[in-house]
Amino acid sequence: MTSVSDMTPVDSRLDRGRRRTVSGGTEPRRKPRIGRYVARWLFVAPAVLFVLVFFGYPIVQNVMMSLQDYTTTTFYTGEAPWVGFANYVHVFTSPLFTTTVLNTALFTVGSIVCQFAIGLVLALFFKRHFPLGGFLRSLLLLPWLLPLIASAAVWKWILDQGSGALNQFLGLFGISPVPWLVSPSLALVAVIGVNIWLGIPFNTTILYSGLQAVPEELYEAASLDGAVGWKAFRYITWPSIRSVVGVVVVLGVVYTLKVVDIILGLTGGGPANSTQTLATWAYQSSFVQFLFGQGAAVSNLLIAVSLVFALVYLSMTRKEVDE
Amino acid sequence: MKNSRVVAALAGAASVALALAACSSGSSAASGGKQTLTVEDYYTATYDPLYKDCAAQVGVNVNPVHVAGAALIAKVLQQASSRTLPDVLMLDNPDVQQIAATGALAPLKDFGVSAPAGDVPSVVNAGTYNGQLYGLAPVINSIALYYNVDMLKAAGITPPKTWDELKTDASKLTDPGKGVYGFAMSNINTYEGTWQFLPFFWTNGGDEKSLDSPGARQALQLDVDLQNDGSMSKSSVTWSQQDVNNQFLAGKAAMMINGPWQLPALNAKKGLNFASVPIPTRTGDQQIVSPLGGETFNVPQTGDKTKMGLAAKFVDCMNTPAMQVKIAGVSGNVPAQEAAAADWAKSHPQVESFVKTVKTARARTAELGSKWPTAATAIYTAVQDALTGKASPADALQQAQAQNK
Repeated sequence: MTSVSDMTPVDSRLDRGRRRTVSGGTEPRRKPRIGRYVARWLFVAPAVLFVLVFFGYPIVQNVMMSLQDYTTTTFYTGEAPWVGFANYVHVFTSPLFTTTVLNTALFTVGSIVCQFAIGLVLALFFKRHFPLGGFLRSLLLLPWLLPLIASAAVWKWILDQGSGALNQFLGLFGISPVPWLVSPSLALVAVIGVNIWLGIPFNTTILYSGLQAVPEELYEAASLDGAVGWKAFRYITWPSIRSVVGVVVVLGVVYTLKVVDIILGLTGGGPANSTQTLATWAYQSSFVQFLFGQGAAVSNLLIAVSLVFALVYLSMTRKEVDE
Repeated sequence: MKNSRVVAALAGAASVALALAACSSGSSAASGGKQTLTVEDYYTATYDPLYKDCAAQVGVNVNPVHVAGAALIAKVLQQASSRTLPDVLMLDNPDVQQIAATGALAPLKDFGVSAPAGDVPSVVNAGTYNGQLYGLAPVINSIALYYNVDMLKAAGITPPKTWDELKTDASKLTDPGKGVYGFAMSNINTYEGTWQFLPFFWTNGGDEKSLDSPGARQALQLDVDLQNDGSMSKSSVTWSQQDVNNQFLAGKAAMMINGPWQLPALNAKKGLNFASVPIPTRTGDQQIVSPLGGETFNVPQTGDKTKMGLAAKFVDCMNTPAMQVKIAGVSGNVPAQEAAAADWAKSHPQVESFVKTVKTARARTAELGSKWPTAATAIYTAVQDALTGKASPADALQQAQAQNK
């Protein structure tokens, strides 16, 4: 994705360069034009090559795999019988399909809404300058800096029903132990909670930088007109950071859809598949049950959904450039 | 998905590099006259002296490569596709058929190697695919019922032999005030959960081909009853066997289901007075059928006939009864040969219940072969559905059977 958007400035810079040489050029026109043409592609080539090798090839391979009976045997013999859409049929008719789609939707929407709301509140809070503000803001990045597997292990301990820190704390207020990761109805809530904690730094950081870009004078002028507090936010802050908001939300959705590690670390998709998402299902099929074809089919669904959001993101950033 | 692919690619590159390194060291050693066999396992360096023993007998050098447990199969698959398989490969016994089905393993008969006389029958079953023997496990294990001797004495009870006794005893041993449960086992949503449920399931006539038999329903009902009586923690659906052992070590479970590999940890705990018996059966006259645990040694198809022959000799050596006993000493498991195991039990009373259990143990892949993972997934899903109250045991097993194809 990034490389595609990188190409635009390179291209336009080249164009500008050409205009300059053309206007001041004394040499014959034809030769440099071919040179320029080649140079143009040479600049683009690394990016194209990178995209093809690291994005194009795996995706094509994944689509192929989803149409084959790709098993452990394939690794040795290289043979994967063509099965058409059998893997997709199996996926769509599996009782796990509705469960995982619903869980994926709940997980994504729940995570994004809360991450964004809390992230925005924190970003607004840190916009005010106060002692230790910078220090506290950097502390906020901690969840981001910790290895995911380590965070998952610690959270698993915190959320443990019998000896977990959270239930010990709640016990002080006379609340009986809550089966966070044990009850099928609570496990998804707990996993979403941990993912929110994980996503706050990203939201805060990006929204904070968006807020920094809003000119102070706007607020000064508005305050003369009596627009302070909520009104200032509604009529100045929000419209100014709207494009940043769009980017944060769309990227957040794409990142959240594919979360595997935190769920595997906390519940492994359980209990009774209550935290199984499309991403963990794909992982389980491929790397636990060795049904690589089915795993690829599930992950292709995920890629398709992500792609929709990625296109939204692209069109949003393109608009920004146009503006 | 994308990330894991990148990681896999990097890991693949790394293993190729390692393989190249191994090749170069191999050829230099060969110039000294002796061949070097690479042995890949998920053990630790404690096995190296055992390997050296057998290497000396076969007349080769040995280069042990220890891979972290969970990563072994992924690595083997990469090696299979890049033709960089080791000379001797250790596999967990339920994986043997799956890997043998790929064609990456050589039948041991080609080298004149067969199971040592007197090995437990399920060892041969576990190592056999399509009528050919591909791997042999020198030492084996299974699971049994550990109990806290002091707690049972205080409650005035002897270890349970039947399901009814298990239920009443577990309930007597439970003390909510102290946070002590009478019974603990792993019902986690992984193959570990399936493995722990199998003794109840199989002993009572359950069959992986038809998961919703009446016997299977009774077995699952027992699991649910133990939880609903309050004798087993509801957290058991999230416990690995290690977690179960920790509960037992902390005195929070009076009885637990676990294997002999926990003995070092149990013995290290001061003041813990424990013993074990075979897992209770529904009626007193049922014969316990537990899953067979343990790792086999196999000869991959590397293309180098001379080395494969030497590797087969190495596998043969590892499986001699004398060697089995040595390996048992390092691993805490049971020698695969019945006579050797019986001797072993005399000098190691702590493994006696396991020696009894493995005699009639069953290989998980004995019936379904390389299709076992699907059944195993269906079984732990049924257990989880029933324990979390999402479905009755009968419904849970019916749904599982619908998934089991």
